[in-house]
Amino acid sequence: MNETLIQGAYIVAGLLFILALAGLSKHETAVMGNKYGIVGMTIALAATLWLATKTAGFDALLIIAIAMAIGAAIGITLARKVEMTGMPELIAMLHSFVGIAAVLVGWNSSYETAAYPAIHDVEVFVGVFIGAVTFTGSIVAYLKLSAKMKSAPLVLPARHAINLGIIVVFVVMTIVYVLVPHEQMFLRQLLLGIMTVLALFLGWHLVASIGGGDMPVVVSMLNSYSGWAAAAAGFLLNNDLLIITGALVGSSGAYLSYIMCRAMNRSFISVIAGGFGSDGNVVGEAKDYGEHRETSAVEVADSLKNAHDVIITPGYGMATAQAQYAVADLTAKLRARGVNVRFGIHPVAGRLPGHMNVLLAEAKVPYDIVLEMDEINDDMPSTDVVLVIGANDTVNPAAQDDPSSPIAGMPVLEVWKAAEVVVFKRSMNTGYAGVQNPLFFKDNSAMLFGDAKERVEDIVKAL
Amino acid sequence: MLIGIPRESRAGETRAAATPKTVDQLLKLGYAVTVESGAGAKASFDDDAYAAAGATIADAATVWAADIVAKINAPDDAEIGLLRPGAIVISLMAPALNPDLVSALAARGVTAMAMDAVPRISRAQALDVLSSMANIAGYRAVLEAAHNFGSFFTGQVTAAGKVPPAKVFISGAGVAGLAAIGTANSLGAIVRATDVRPEVAEQVESMGADFVKPDVAEGEVSSDGYAKEMGADYAEAAARMYADQCKDVDIIVTTALIPGRPAPRLITADMVATMKSGSVIVDMAAAAGGNVEGSVADQLVVTDNGVKIIGYTDLPGRLPTQASQLYGTNIVNLMKLLTPGKDGLAVLDWDDVIVRGMTVAKAGEVTWPPPPVQVSAAPAAAGAAAAPAVKAPKPPPDPNKRLMWMAIGALLFLLLANLSPSPFLGHFMVFMLSVVIGYYVIGNVHHALHTPLMSVTNAISGIIVVGALLQIGHDNKLLITGIAFFGALVASINVFGGFTVTGRMLQMFKREDAVR
Repeated sequence: MNETLIQGAYIVAGLLFILALAGLSKHETAVMGNKYGIVGMTIALAATLWLATKTAGFDALLIIAIAMAIGAAIGITLARKVEMTGMPELIAMLHSFVGIAAVLVGWNSSYETAAYPAIHDVEVFVGVFIGAVTFTGSIVAYLKLSAKMKSAPLVLPARHAINLGIIVVFVVMTIVYVLVPHEQMFLRQLLLGIMTVLALFLGWHLVASIGGGDMPVVVSMLNSYSGWAAAAAGFLLNNDLLIITGALVGSSGAYLSYIMCRAMNRSFISVIAGGFGSDGNVVGEAKDYGEHRETSAVEVADSLKNAHDVIITPGYGMATAQAQYAVADLTAKLRARGVNVRFGIHPVAGRLPGHMNVLLAEAKVPYDIVLEMDEINDDMPSTDVVLVIGANDTVNPAAQDDPSSPIAGMPVLEVWKAAEVVVFKRSMNTGYAGVQNPLFFKDNSAMLFGDAKERVEDIVKAL
Repeated sequence: MLIGIPRESRAGETRAAATPKTVDQLLKLGYAVTVESGAGAKASFDDDAYAAAGATIADAATVWAADIVAKINAPDDAEIGLLRPGAIVISLMAPALNPDLVSALAARGVTAMAMDAVPRISRAQALDVLSSMANIAGYRAVLEAAHNFGSFFTGQVTAAGKVPPAKVFISGAGVAGLAAIGTANSLGAIVRATDVRPEVAEQVESMGADFVKPDVAEGEVSSDGYAKEMGADYAEAAARMYADQCKDVDIIVTTALIPGRPAPRLITADMVATMKSGSVIVDMAAAAGGNVEGSVADQLVVTDNGVKIIGYTDLPGRLPTQASQLYGTNIVNLMKLLTPGKDGLAVLDWDDVIVRGMTVAKAGEVTWPPPPVQVSAAPAAAGAAAAPAVKAPKPPPDPNKRLMWMAIGALLFLLLANLSPSPFLGHFMVFMLSVVIGYYVIGNVHHALHTPLMSVTNAISGIIVVGALLQIGHDNKLLITGIAFFGALVASINVFGGFTVTGRMLQMFKREDAVR
């Protein structure tokens, strides 16, 4: 038994992680993918434990066992307990753990002597920096998602200058840190400490200045950061497994963020720089859109009974109202009557990439009737009734019709092309983007006010 | 307040201004409703049905003395005399054509609201009887044509020979025109339609007809949402188009109306003379003088060459049950607008353009015509359309420039590599490859699986626990071990929590057959 065995185990684990991600690209292979991940993790952990025991003795093993047992208990409890609507919060919180772990590993590693001190110093700085940004960023994302903090973007004056300034200071400090001799322990720790605080502030500020509707991007961006943090730790510890895994997660998260941004027709930079539409002027508020038409659950039930094709487009409002079970119930009832019910999901609906899919799956809606925006948009004109449940900006025709709208050019679900649109909404307030939605005032749309869950249940009763 | 629904006195009127269903809705708004005995008889609603819905059945005098009188046709002089001063009377009035009626109503001191003077704005659609009646009329026009047409509408191949489909040409793609297109199309005919507004082509095509237009690039929308009279060039080209269509088609339905003006003459006697014998023309504008030369209001005329020209003006009334229901619902929607408190008290909000536009007489004064309402989005849209044109499309990136940047990047990296120790570069190699793999692996992930993907990557990035594990017990420093302990703890939360929650989520994704 020697070092190469461990390296071999790490390579196997790395491959299994790649298989895990690849498996998750399809429904059929997803469960298997998760298992690959678990097996890979087990192999990696076993190899590491063996290595740790060898170098640090059985005391270390005991400490490790305690730490991991506590961690496992907390993690599994959280995972079991979490409501599917609370998924975004949980994931944001999990990101913060990777961040803090990266900071801790980085700090620890700064005390070690390395063969190439200059490179090592840079690695420490980069690792701690990314870790700290991930940590506070995820905490803020968690607070915003769980509504413990206002989700409106924080707009500090000169916020771009602040962000840029911190990054410049970080680069300068890294150079200084490399140049300061290792004997000056206090100065080095001071530098590292100041840098950590700055990075923590940057993470907080970055996410605080991004509004709630951009959260899908933020969450996948933080996912990416947590990967980079792990990769940085890998460089720090000369550990290829960490590098492989970190880079995998980092690049996949970045790509996911890019997909999200494209779905909103916005540049990645403009999202992470924060403040939806706050740089431009919000227009159209003074415009007279006419008056909306109100309808009742009974009337909606009536038109559903007579419909052949029904499309349901859920949004974040369905998650907040916990209406997914009622919606699933309605779907089952209608399908039993021979109505062709399908779901149209906008890529950024909800607060997490794929959020709506998870909620619908929880309520046992078969996933093959849950379609993407691009798959279903062409069918809108031949649809009898569209139910818009708690979605707003993702069904806003202004994105196509009004070039001056802040959301102009964003791909949207073209629900207004259907014969009849029923919009479930709590009030006439605007959506996240703060843009009025001309859909509500179209002749073929009617508003059904109230709690989405109760209204849907009313319809089910009326059926 | 009491709403009275009188029996229609005009000869041939079959509709009623309320049905049992709308009575129920009016009651819900807090009103009491009284219906004159026999009011709905011709629309297949008997007195009992109204009574069952909650209305009282009364004689004419009681009904006409109600606080609000809702009917289809304008009241005649005798009926105006029955109205209580201060009451509200709601009906079709055509105020532009009947100034005497309006002044008589004003003289009586009633508030008169014309259902056919609803401004053409989006939110008024719910009470626009012109739309709801036009819809019925368009449907019925095609059925009248089919009734008088000697052949099938749909093409068939039978043992007794091949039947060609009928060709239907519809002029004017307003509500009536679109309804006619839909009806003719569903009967299997080949349908063509035209309109002076080129932007309705899409609507026409969505109903299943081909859009034909005169050979001139011109067409306008007036600011009040109705078509208006066109220039001379256009008229000439349009005449050519109509002449061509007349020679070809079997059925023509014309719906062209310009409010307050005689209907435009679209089809001349010469054109009719070129049509095949047995062809049918339905002139839906016959009441306003007719789109077709030779049409007579309320009559079916057969020309010398055997073309039937139908000029019925009571097309909606030929579907009395449906027409009453829609008209009644229009009335209910008006009452909703007038009754913000849902307390049975009608309030006239003079600042509301709908109320203002409909009210032709109030407190002894004639309030017709109302100030113009600018409703069409057309001019605004034109301005908006001009704006993005200014923005030039982003030029595609210059490939040379891109190459240059790549070269600079590579050069910088080589410089850096020159200074780096070899183990670092080895790690860097692994790093770069993993980045590329990560990118490609994620590239084709299904949207629906983004959340599980994220939680699994989350669990995997908990691999950082490895780093913390290796630091535990290192150098036997208590501080380092303590920090590493905490690091290992939180990273484990990630590892175990992430995998568990992913598993839980994936369990829920089920195919249809698995659910059943």
